[in-house]
Amino acid sequence: MWGILRRSAVDGGGFSASSLRKTRFALVSARSYAAGSKEMTVRDALNSAIDEEMSADPKVFVMGEEVGQYQGAYKITKGLLEKYGPERVYDTPITEAGFTGIGVGAAYAGLKPVVEFMTFNFSMQAIDHIINSAAKSNYMSAGQINVPIVFRGPNGAAAGVGAQHSQCYAAWYASVPGLKVLAPYSAEDARGLLKAAIRDPDPVVFLENELLYGESFPISEEALDSSFCLPIGKAKIEREGKDVTITTFSKMVGFALKAAEKLAEEGISAEVINLRSIRPLDRATINASVRKTSRLVTVEEGFPQHGVCAEICASVVEESFSYLDAPVERIAGADVPMPYAANLERLALPQVEDIVRAAKRACYRSK
Amino acid sequence: MATSFSSATIPLHGSQENRLLLPPIRLAPSSSSFLGSTRSLTIPSSRRLYHAHAARRSPVVGVQEVVKDKKITNTLLITKEEGLVLYEDMILGRSFEDMCAQMYYRGKMFGFVHLYNGQEAVSTGFIKLLTQSDSVVSTYRDHVHALSKGVSARAVMSELFGKVTGCCRGQGGSMHMFSKEHNVLGGFAFIGEGIPVATGAAFTSKYKREVLKQDCEDVTIAFFGDGTCNNGQFYECLNMAALYKLPIIFVVENNLWAIGMSHLRSTSDPEIWKKGPAFGMPGVHVDGMDVLKVREVAKEAVTRARRGEGPTLVECETYRFRGHSLADPDELRDAAEKAKYAARDPITALKKYLVENKLANEAELKSIEKKIDELVEEAVEFADASPQPGRSQLLENVFADPKGFGIGPDGRYRCEDPKFTEGTAQV
Repeated sequence: MWGILRRSAVDGGGFSASSLRKTRFALVSARSYAAGSKEMTVRDALNSAIDEEMSADPKVFVMGEEVGQYQGAYKITKGLLEKYGPERVYDTPITEAGFTGIGVGAAYAGLKPVVEFMTFNFSMQAIDHIINSAAKSNYMSAGQINVPIVFRGPNGAAAGVGAQHSQCYAAWYASVPGLKVLAPYSAEDARGLLKAAIRDPDPVVFLENELLYGESFPISEEALDSSFCLPIGKAKIEREGKDVTITTFSKMVGFALKAAEKLAEEGISAEVINLRSIRPLDRATINASVRKTSRLVTVEEGFPQHGVCAEICASVVEESFSYLDAPVERIAGADVPMPYAANLERLALPQVEDIVRAAKRACYRSK
Repeated sequence: MATSFSSATIPLHGSQENRLLLPPIRLAPSSSSFLGSTRSLTIPSSRRLYHAHAARRSPVVGVQEVVKDKKITNTLLITKEEGLVLYEDMILGRSFEDMCAQMYYRGKMFGFVHLYNGQEAVSTGFIKLLTQSDSVVSTYRDHVHALSKGVSARAVMSELFGKVTGCCRGQGGSMHMFSKEHNVLGGFAFIGEGIPVATGAAFTSKYKREVLKQDCEDVTIAFFGDGTCNNGQFYECLNMAALYKLPIIFVVENNLWAIGMSHLRSTSDPEIWKKGPAFGMPGVHVDGMDVLKVREVAKEAVTRARRGEGPTLVECETYRFRGHSLADPDELRDAAEKAKYAARDPITALKKYLVENKLANEAELKSIEKKIDELVEEAVEFADASPQPGRSQLLENVFADPKGFGIGPDGRYRCEDPKFTEGTAQV
């Protein structure tokens, strides 16, 4: 039954012929499996998504450092070299600017590259291509040349990797018109969004999270189907609530859900929104939720100034000001380059307690 | 024969008395013990080019040997038809750019405009050998590359005026000429940005052949300047193009100046063609003021690429008669240097060749010039009369996807599904 509910959720209530067929399939499968959902790690979800898209469309190819023989720096592209051969899975030299540009040029000429950055910190060496030759091209050429490319890789802080390997790039990329920026949380998000990204005719920056790769999430039958994909530009309400809206993305969704549990013990019902898509930002969902709860707490891992949270706060203040009962709360990483020491790193990133405290502040339960 | 083009007496970078330049250097591979192995590189088709270098007494390495070989068989380098096509293309480039200057000073064109006067031999020499499906990638000095590749003068002029009838509907401008129809993949303002993009387009040719099993012999030519050759991306792409044996030709339009920065002041080893063999591809130096020599080298390089033998680096010694852009006062360049290159104007040289070899007479050439003048005038009138883009065009074309919601499981855009926009994703 979950399969059907999720289906209607995703389609917004619409049933096309193909979805009806799938619904029947889901019904049948729901009856035959007693417990229902399987579990899948984010890593496997990403791997299966790339695998299925590569087999569906021969124009899709993967390029990046260590994606082939090493099986992927984080094993996301495991097995792809053996399956598709070296003409479709390219181990590149350490030349971000060069190979990103090559990917963009290949996309100009009609192929669909999936370019992996070992971490998005390295994408700074190629950011000129992501922005100037990928994001802006459809506009500059007045629609003649679109760039169906995906730039993916881990983003944000990992564990103890230091300042140069821990920056979150969501805000930077999401400020550029012409790019789509996605940030999955669960395995279903990872699968659905990556498949949507690879099929998409525009450049997509796909921000994964290294610490989420190994986490398992329940996954529905429908999400395991090879034609499954999620819409871009639509957020997901992970948990419904009525007292305070908590919006976040990527790893922080997990923290927000834990915080919501803690808040529920104290009688505060928090609604957790998983943004999924940073650009286009689902302002409609966020504002609808804030109009319902009247309070906003927005959480992100990146630097606070000019961050994603700042944009959400501005959007809510502009569009739902009269609905707000409390000042908007913004929780972001500390305004310092990421320190190395474990205790300092913990202090530099938002923790569950920070989210709980901010939510309580918004509900006037504490100072 | 081609004696009117003989640059045998002119050393690499100009006349002996030009004190800006290095003394003539012998460029034969045998002189550089460090690179000595270039002879042992098993790149058969390049041997002929290296012979050209080795045998020259003068430091200029054109393809004189190739030209002399042809003399033995008693034919000219071009037929009359080819000659007239080349002449017309160069005249088009020159007239168009001159008209751009006029229009800029009258306020019809604005922003950054970079003119190609003096370098026409490079564009014509290479691009006239390409088919429509081959790709060209250029820098901000891209008007003439677009014209040579087949984009109409009207479309380019309208684009420069910022009108909706321009090749990019006025959204690109002088530095961003794109044409899907003619495979002009830009127009990039950042130097070096076009090189990886061109390498990617060449990569696609190879991918189409090997993975998609299509018949694809398309080559890509990347045009860029001497300043770009100090940029990291250039080297990254030389490496990868040679590594993957991509059908690409890297054409350096070495006009000695990057705005006001002399090539010799900014480059440790100013001989750019030498950087090719360092990455495993042939490096050729050619006189870029001589369209026939450029064409001969281009034929070789394009054939190599089509046969799957990989990339070539071609350094064309050329010169821009005007400043870097129309806003550049051009004070740093020596008047003597400018005069010397003005004497080597590629259009005058081709005209002389055609007339001396009885391929065309003055009247025919004059009529071509007149035709082009009318064409350019008409392009200006057309651009003037065209409307500016409508207000709604501001927000168009940011994404190829109409509303940014991506593609659904059925393969169509999600926004086309009427049920989609109702409600949002729920738990």
